[in-house]
Parts: sequence; structure tokens; C-alpha cells
Amino acid sequence: MTSALYIRSVMANNVLEVALAKATDTELVEINSKLALGLSFDEMKVVQTYFKNENRNPSDVELQIISQTWSEHCCHKTFRGKIFFDGKEINSLFKTYIAKVTKELNAPWCFSVFEDNAGIVKFDKGYGIAAKVETHNHPSAVEPFGGAATGVGGVIRDILGVWADPIACTDVLGFGPLDFDYNKLPAGIKHSKYVYRGVTAGISAYGNNMGIPIVNGAIYFDESYTGNVTVFCGCVGLLPLNKYVKNAQAGDCIVMAGGKTGRDGIHGVTFASAELTEKSEEVNRPAVQIADPIEEEKLKRAIIIIRDRQLASATTDLGGGGLSSGVGETAERYGCGVTVELSKVPLKYQGLAPWEIYISESQERQLFAVPPENLDAVLAIFEQEEVETAIIGQLTKERRLKLIYKNIPVADLDMAFLFNTYTTIKTATFKPAAFVEPDFVEPTNLTQILLQLLGAPNIASKESVVRTYDHEVKGNTVLKPFQGKYAGPNDAAVLKPLENSWKGLAISCGMNPNYGKIDSYWMAASAIDEAIRNNLAVGGRRIALLDNFTWGNPEKAERLGSLVRACQACYDIAKAYRTPFISGKDSFYNESPTGPVTPTLLITAIGVVPDLRSTVSMELKTPGNLLYILGNTYSEMGGSEYYKLKGYIGSSVPKLQTSKARKNYYNFTKALDQGMVKSCHDLSEGGLAVTAAEMALASNIGMTLDLKAVPNKAITRNDFILFSESNSRFLIEVSQKDRYDFEALMKNSCAMIGEVIDTKKLQIHGLNNTLIVDAELSELRAAWKKTLSMEA
Amino acid sequence: MEKNFKHGGLKTKTEDIKICVLRVGGTNCDAETARAFQELGAQTEIKHINELIKHGNLLDYNMLVLPGGFSFGDYVRSGVIFARSLNAKLGKQMSQFIDESRPILGICNGFQILVEYGLLPGFEGADQYSQATLTTNIPQGFKCKWVYLKNENKGNCLFTNKISQNKILKIPIAHGEGRFLFSVEKEKQLLEKLVDNDMLVFRYCNEDGILANGVYPANPNGAYHDIAGICNKDGTIFGLMPHPERAMYWWQEPDWTNKTHITSYGDGKLIFENIISNISKKQ
Repeated sequence: MTSALYIRSVMANNVLEVALAKATDTELVEINSKLALGLSFDEMKVVQTYFKNENRNPSDVELQIISQTWSEHCCHKTFRGKIFFDGKEINSLFKTYIAKVTKELNAPWCFSVFEDNAGIVKFDKGYGIAAKVETHNHPSAVEPFGGAATGVGGVIRDILGVWADPIACTDVLGFGPLDFDYNKLPAGIKHSKYVYRGVTAGISAYGNNMGIPIVNGAIYFDESYTGNVTVFCGCVGLLPLNKYVKNAQAGDCIVMAGGKTGRDGIHGVTFASAELTEKSEEVNRPAVQIADPIEEEKLKRAIIIIRDRQLASATTDLGGGGLSSGVGETAERYGCGVTVELSKVPLKYQGLAPWEIYISESQERQLFAVPPENLDAVLAIFEQEEVETAIIGQLTKERRLKLIYKNIPVADLDMAFLFNTYTTIKTATFKPAAFVEPDFVEPTNLTQILLQLLGAPNIASKESVVRTYDHEVKGNTVLKPFQGKYAGPNDAAVLKPLENSWKGLAISCGMNPNYGKIDSYWMAASAIDEAIRNNLAVGGRRIALLDNFTWGNPEKAERLGSLVRACQACYDIAKAYRTPFISGKDSFYNESPTGPVTPTLLITAIGVVPDLRSTVSMELKTPGNLLYILGNTYSEMGGSEYYKLKGYIGSSVPKLQTSKARKNYYNFTKALDQGMVKSCHDLSEGGLAVTAAEMALASNIGMTLDLKAVPNKAITRNDFILFSESNSRFLIEVSQKDRYDFEALMKNSCAMIGEVIDTKKLQIHGLNNTLIVDAELSELRAAWKKTLSMEA
Repeated sequence: MEKNFKHGGLKTKTEDIKICVLRVGGTNCDAETARAFQELGAQTEIKHINELIKHGNLLDYNMLVLPGGFSFGDYVRSGVIFARSLNAKLGKQMSQFIDESRPILGICNGFQILVEYGLLPGFEGADQYSQATLTTNIPQGFKCKWVYLKNENKGNCLFTNKISQNKILKIPIAHGEGRFLFSVEKEKQLLEKLVDNDMLVFRYCNEDGILANGVYPANPNGAYHDIAGICNKDGTIFGLMPHPERAMYWWQEPDWTNKTHITSYGDGKLIFENIISNISKKQ
């Protein structure tokens, strides 16, 4: 920057006055880039006008505050802005689709949605469940261990931010192929194997150290994740609803507690709102924070004590955007202004400029508003837990954000200006994908294909990773990640949150990025269906959803178009299933030298099991029992693992008939409640054959199936019936004695297709009566367990 | 077997028994551990070490429990900082507590703490330097899974003396540093001493009770002689890597959905029950 743009030393140490008021357009661009503000040109003009009207230049602190407050990460411009799509103007994707479902469904059990750090639903006996899922993609790409660990730490603080005690974590991860050719790796991109090990180690380190069980998740492999690792960290918490206190007012003290503030995590939010480049490593390394889970464990203890004694009037975590975000949003939420003395902030080391102190994203820090009369009590609690605190300021009546550094004012902004963010207008286009349906003959050896599919990375056992996560700490994990003696994959986790209640909490997820390559609408629809059916499979119902988008650069019209399509599906499907969204998060600009991320929507489902003693697991139980398939099988091979194995994507993406599915699900839940369902597993990647194999290999009890009995729409090929990934289907084990009751209850939606047998084999008869799959369970198990066994 | 409780540490009624579950920053299995004792009727309090230093007295309690977790992050060596601070800040009370044969239980990180403190194996009372260690697993890395344990104690251990010898218990582990070792040059001699003094308690085995013989997965961490839990010479101090508090109730078991007949409790209860009945047995 030309030095003429700085006016030094009229302000406190290390604060620059920036000559913005009179800057030319070129100079505006230069200021934006040199201070790494990440604002658009239009936004810079708005800022300039503001300071012109104030008749002064801004300090660098003020510009950094504006940059942080207006970043995509903090104010969700894409979801809240205007979009032109298909000849129409969409005024906020969020309001038009996501929030609209929740509003229209108006479920009485939704306690707090979309307004706080996490969504809250009512649970039982005056308690609520808080849930939040975060993305931490950019930091994990630069520093896998630290990025993933702080992702877990951040989402746990979100739960603490609604006064809830974290009781479980989830994690859903996307990596590039582990066998990616090193020679083809672009400069600045870390190899997937390195990223995989670092990310999984970071998650286990944080979760285990905090003592919060990691109970559910998924690991997905896709070429596009090579340069854009995808890390979703979720957390679920429990809170007595009458202790949910949010009533801060002018005069309350601003207290920060936890870790000290350093240079780690500077510009994290602006970094997260830009594409990754080959220079990301050297330029953005400081944007990744350093994790210290024990600090957060102590913080958690103190927060729960403060909550129980109702000593604070508000709390929020200091995550993305640091103090700037936490302080500003707290003042804004309670209609106040705020004054903060930055020199009171405990530092890791000296030398931080005031703007660095204010936007640093150092971890394990939490902000509180505390009425002055409770201050001593609050500080005593922190002292006992050995957590450092600082009283850094006060909420004020005057609606201005005032920062002081060593008694000298360094920022003084109008709250209304700061939070009346500029509405962006973007254009979106959608063009159907050009993939065609492949044409190949049915393979002769389908047993071999099944073995290959079981070993496909997206299907293969993730046990080597999941066992490094403590999924049992707290002693309340009723349905664990693995079922049966041989550790089959469960559909959802079930927790027992309360001592004096048999009510269970079912946590599941759904994600189908491969379908999005064909059509993001059906990808989103399938993800919702998958999350819901996983939840239903274990006995869950009254389901709330969380949406997490990982997308490319929304400035690019076609990326935005696919986002619009996905949001439309979110509305349509969630409405049809009557499952409100309660919380969500988006991550954009996931683009790197390997290209954009494949659009990825993670749906997390939180359901309630009325009596957890009726929970059902996925492994086969007893020889002689009957096997039923719920739902119809269609020739929907597009985006399937089978096509992927064959080297195709195809175009026949799985669709959804919600009215039928909803009825089927309802009847299924009734059957489960009446104890007729002995085991149940959902049909997803790899279709019927993989589901059947997993149920059998988990308990080492055999089964025989007959494809002729599988209800389908004019499919003439065995391979398609075996491997179709049509939605809304279960494979269900029912005992002989319940046969007629079950059939009467399920009407025509279920068909008996086989039997549990006292062998150690999976045998499937094809359309022409011949045995088309004939495999020893040990062989299936070996194929399923081998792929990722040595990678952790 | 007669134990010499010198102090009035014994209570006739279970509800009069006071148990302290001690925590510091990073302890994270305190709630479920306290719950297990409360389930059996004992008064159980979770106390931060700072509370005890400021206002409390260890000797108000009949038993001390060091639960699992990552005390102080286990950044130096698992359990070492907690052990040192316990010794430095409450060392006198600890000595008296031990002298009076009041029982101490260490689970997972608690076991590591007792070893670092020198209380386990504790051939001659407390050792200044521990004769054993709990170090990084082989195969390496944190593991969360269910294992089988064989009770090889002949009756010295106050936490297991009512559990029949050679009984197989199913209890989960969750640790990265649980490999029990003696120093190599003394391991034979120390093991002999351990067995002779009836300080060996639990060993890893398979479902059928056949000892793991150092082989994964039955032995989940490469522990010497398949050692999962030991007690001191008096049988009053007991440490184990597995988590009995996670095997307290039937619904915590990994295979309950597969069972036709469900018992109310898991195997972990046997240990809690055993010590409670020993404390409340006699005056």
C-alpha cells in the first residue's frame, strides 16, 4: 500500500488511521487487498460513504471489524442475499426454503430454531436437546489435525453457547481417494492419506480429551475432496429448558473466559470465505487455530455451574470472527451498544495489534454477559475450575460499538450500520448434467461384484477410524456405532440422555454427493430421506433436521444454481415428511487447484425414541425368521456405487415419492413399536446386496433371498435389483409368529423376499431362479473390513 | 478375609458410606462413575481437587475414586501431573487415608495416576518411584472396544474378593496408553512378587476365558502378562484400565439388542458392589 494511505500515530500504539474517506476507486481496491478485508468493491464504497458521512477516516481496527462482520462466514450473504434464478428473484434462500419449512410446520416441540448458536428441541421432563453441525473445511485443508480438532472444539462451544451440556459428537468427513497418484497432486495440495490421518486424529483427540462420545458419522471418498477436504463436526447437548437464560441488558459486564488470545486464527473467517490456492499453506497457516481440549473441558464445567445457578444473562462462543463476532452479535441481539477495553484481553504473548486482539480466533474462549451483582460469584466459579477470566467491557444503552485500547479510543461504529449488511444480488443458472446412461451387459459373476462393492471405500468398514473415537464415555450410548459380534455398521446411534427416563435420542445422517453430480435436487432429497430412514430404522421419530452445505464459489452462476436446486428439495422433502430444520451452516468457496468441491449436502437427523428398550439393531438375530423388503426398487442406478465401480456416473439418479414413503415409514414404526421388527437395516450405497451382506456378516448368521419377490418397476436385470440405490427402502427381519400381523399392518408396501438361515452364507437367487450370489460370510466380512483396515 | 480398618472407616449401612470421586481439569468419567456408586446406595460426591484443598478433608470419606479422563491433558505422561499435585497438596491426608486402609479405586486414567503416585503396584506401601508403567498401546493408538477380563485374584483384593476366581467379566476399554509394563530386567521377579502377594487381579482373555497371551485383539494394548488390573499388597488400592462404570447397566452392553434374556446389570456392577459390601460389612 502506498504509505500515503496510512496516517500514523494519531491513534494508540499499533493502530493505523486509513485514508479511506478521500481514497480513489483504485485506492479502495488496494486498501481492501492490503488489509486482507475480503470485501467486494461495492461494499468498500458503502464503507467509504459511511466514513465520509462521519467526516473522518476509519482506523484499521474499524475496517477489520466491518470485514469480519460482513464476511460470508459470519453473515451468510449467499443464503440471505437476493438471487436471480430461472427468471425469478429469490429473496433469501434461507427464508424462502429452509426457514419456511420450519415456520409452516410450526412444530410445538421446536424450542429455539435458527436464532442462537444451536437449534433446540424439547425432549422430556423439562429438558431440551440442542444440536449444531459446523463445517471446518478450509482450516482442515491447510492443517488437517488442528483444523479438524478445532472444528470439534468450535461446535462444542456452540452447544455451550445455548447453555447445554454437550452429550455427544458426530463427524462426517470427505476425503480424496487414498490411493491418489502423488505425481498428479497439484502444488500446495496435501495428499489425501495425510489429510485423512490428520483429520481423524484431530477429531479423536479433541472428542476423547473432552470426554464427549463421538457416536455417529460417515467417511466419504470423492476425487473432488482431494483439494477440498470436507469436515462436518456436530454436537448434541442437553439442557434444562428453564435454565435457558438470554436476557442481557445495558449495564451487564462483558466477561471473557478460557484460553488466552494469540495470533492463531487471524482472518479465519475471511480465509473461509475465499477459494484455496497453492499459496494457502504459507499465507493462511495463521488462520488455523491451535487446539487445547482440556482448556475447553474446564470451561465447560464452569459454564454448566453458572447455568445451573443462573448467574449470567447471556453467553456465546468466541469462534469465527473472535471477539468481534461475539461482542458485536451479543450487543446487537439485545439491542445494546458496547464498550470494550482491548488491553484487558489476556494475551498469549505481547505484540498483538489491537485489531488482531479483536478478530483473533484463538480457541477455547467463551463470552458472557453478567449482571454486575453476580460478577463475584461468576469469577469464583472460574477460579475453582482454573479458568482464566477478564472483564473486558460493558453493554451500553447507546447503540455504538466502542473499542478502547489503553484508554485511547480505537473504534467507534454505529451498530445499525455495522449490522445492516449489504444485500448481495447474485445470478444462478442450472443446466442438467450431461451424463448419459451407460449400456453394458450384466456381469456373470455377481458374487465377485458384491465383494468388490463391499471393499469400495465408501462402503468398506470404517472401524479402524471409529474405534479411535471414544463412543462410550459418559456411559449413555445405548446403540453403538457397531452392532453384532462382528461389528456391522449401525444406522443411527441411540443415547439415553436422562437418568430417570427411558426416552432415547436417535442421531443419524444422510449424504449422497455422487447424486449431486447428476442433479443436486435429488441429491438433497436423497440425503434427507437417508437421514430420516436411518433414524427410523432404530426406532426414532419426531425428527428434526440440520442442513450443512459445502459448496463451491457462489459467485459462479452454475454453482449457485445447483445450490438453489438443493434448497428447493430441502423445502419440498422436509415439508412432505414434516421434519423441520432447526439449525444449519454453509461453507462456500470450496475450490482449489484440483477444482471445485462436488456440491455436498449433509443432513443430520435428531429423533426421539419413546422407549429405548424397543430400539432395534441391524444384525440378523435368529435363523428361521423371515426377511421383508419395504418399498419399491427402481432402475435408479445413476450415481450409484455400482456404476462407480464400473467407471460410470449415469443419469438415472434415485428419486423420491414422499407420500408413499411417509405412509410406509409410519406403518414400519408401528410394527417396530409392537416388537415385530427383529432387525432392520436401511438400503443405501450398494443397494439390497450390500445391506443384506452387512446384516449377515455382522452376526455371522446366513440368509437366502429371492430377487423374483422384490417389488420393482420392470427391472429385468439381476444386477440392477441387487445394486439399485432407490430411496425409502429397508430390509426387515420378522419372526414367523408375527408374519401375518406384520403383513396385515404393512399392507402391500412390504414383500417377503427371503429367510434367515442357519448357515454362514449369503445366497441370493436371481430372476431366472439360479443362484447368482453365493458367498461365505467370512469372505464378505474380509472384503468389507480389508480396505481401510490399515489406514488409521 | 479379615482386613484391618484402623479408623472408623467402616459403615454398617450402605447409605452411610461416603465416597469421593475426585476430579481435576480433564477428568471426564466422574459423572458415570459416581452414578454407579449412587445406584448402589452410597453417598457419592464429585469433588474438584481445589474444593477439597480449600474446604474439604479427604478423611471425611470412606473411599476415594480416581475416575477416567485425560487429567491435565496427560500432556507430560498419563496421570503424572494429577499424581504429583495430589501428593503435593493432599499428601498428608493421602498417607493417613492409606494407612487407615481406606480403599482407593483408579479407573483408566485413575489407574495411571495410582501408578505414577507409586501406590500401585506398591509392593512395600507407596514407592517413591513406581515399579510399573502404563504406556502407549501396541498396536498403537486409542482404542474403544469391549474386552474380556479374567479374575485371577485369590481373595486379597477388596474390590473383587466376592467375585469367583477365574470368572470372566465383559467390560469396555477406551485408552491410548494402557500397556502395563515392568522394567524389562526385573519383570519376571516383579511378576512373581505380584502373584505371590496376590496383587494380580484382572487379565485380558477371550470370550471363553482363554488368556490373550499378549495377542491382539484379546489383549487390546500389548500389556505384559495380559495385565488389566492390579491391587496393592493390602488389597485396598485397586487400579484397572477397563471402565466398569460403562458396564453397569444392561443397556450399556454392546449386544443387548441381541439378547432374549436381559439381566438388569452388567459385569461392572460386580466390582462396585464388592467394595461397597466390604466397607459396610463390619464395624
